[in-house]
Amino acid sequence: MTLAQRGRWVTLIGLALLAVVYLRALAYTPVELHQGPAQKIFYIHVPAAWSAMLAMGLVGLASILYLLVKDPRYDRFAAASAEVGTAFSLVMLTTGPIWAKPIWGTWWTWDARLTLTLFLFFIFLGYLLLRGTVGDAGLRARYSAVLGICGLVLLPFIHLSVYLFRTLHPQPIVLKPSAPSLPGSMLATLLFSFAVFTVLYLGFVIQRYAIGDGRDVGDA
Amino acid sequence: MVDLARQAWAIARKDLLLEFRSRTAIISAAVFTALVLVVFNFGRDPTAVPTLTIAPSILWVTFSFSGMMALNRAFALELENQALEGLLLSPISRYSLYLGKLAANLVFVAAVETIGLFLFALFFDVPIWDVLAALVGVIALATVGFIAVGTLFSAMVIRTRFAELMLPVLLLPFLIPPLVWAVQATGALLAARPLSEVTGSLKLLAAYDIVFVTLATFLFPAVVEQ
Repeated sequence: MTLAQRGRWVTLIGLALLAVVYLRALAYTPVELHQGPAQKIFYIHVPAAWSAMLAMGLVGLASILYLLVKDPRYDRFAAASAEVGTAFSLVMLTTGPIWAKPIWGTWWTWDARLTLTLFLFFIFLGYLLLRGTVGDAGLRARYSAVLGICGLVLLPFIHLSVYLFRTLHPQPIVLKPSAPSLPGSMLATLLFSFAVFTVLYLGFVIQRYAIGDGRDVGDA
Repeated sequence: MVDLARQAWAIARKDLLLEFRSRTAIISAAVFTALVLVVFNFGRDPTAVPTLTIAPSILWVTFSFSGMMALNRAFALELENQALEGLLLSPISRYSLYLGKLAANLVFVAAVETIGLFLFALFFDVPIWDVLAALVGVIALATVGFIAVGTLFSAMVIRTRFAELMLPVLLLPFLIPPLVWAVQATGALLAARPLSEVTGSLKLLAAYDIVFVTLATFLFPAVVEQ
């Protein structure tokens, strides 16, 4: 089985499990008291944000490794991860406002986490645009690695720069010092969705990486 | 260490000498800065928004644009006659090359910002004189971090297509943290708030500078390597 086929299988499994997430979230998880059905989007929004962050972290890591050992496979992985990360950021940035309009009464606000994720999206876009404007493969790999590392270092600063303002975004409810403050069935759905989005991330990246692989072979 | 500084100085001196002899870039940048300030004057309704409320934004948006203009020319002049190849062949470390370019850019931008600051005070009648020292400190700290990343990126984008458009697209996200802190600090200073209110912003600006000057210095060889 080729890498692309393996990636396709992982993606198909991920999509099938995503259907289970929808089913579980809609039919087997209680409706939140204050937010009503709008809260259901949380099971897609938060895991998509997780996948986008994971993608950026791995772009940064692969960029560092590329500059250290100059193995083009790291560059190809970073490119794949950035593309997939862009898609997940877009899911996060569209599901967020859909939830925010009925709950906060506004589509968008310059809250710490919203700003951070918007810039995550901009960095992904800049990264992909930069790759598109450099013709030479070696140069492209080095330039994008430099941008990938800078982008990863920038994100904590952006978070810090807006965190000092008051924040409207719901506070962490799962990853916080005290125990998660949501019912077990909701937590189970959320954690399951996290796992599914990670599988989807892997499936997409494997497929995208395999395409990049073939493209480079074709160039040679 | 001494060598590093000496070589960096040689690079910076070369750039600044070129700039000083032609003076085209610095005059264009100064005129551009003045024009942005004029645009701001007509882009607001003076009866609706008091000047002091909007002053920090005017100052920092102007400085952001001027800085971006200045960065576009930093490596452009090295492209003519393959001057960059010559520099890379010379026995100068890549770190010195970066630090020299950064120093030259900072002097250039500082000159433009000085002109911009006085025009800003003049056009908008902002009381900067009592807080001038602190304001210069804020401007210096915010400019260093921004120009550090910008110098690194400008070396990259000159060899891409659409260089003039790529630089702002890549660089503007990196401008946000210094911009946020500088605008806060400037607002507090102009409103004559106690200095203790801006020390937090100054510390964050300094942290940003240290992190990005170091990071850019170490990443620069990967950008110019052949």
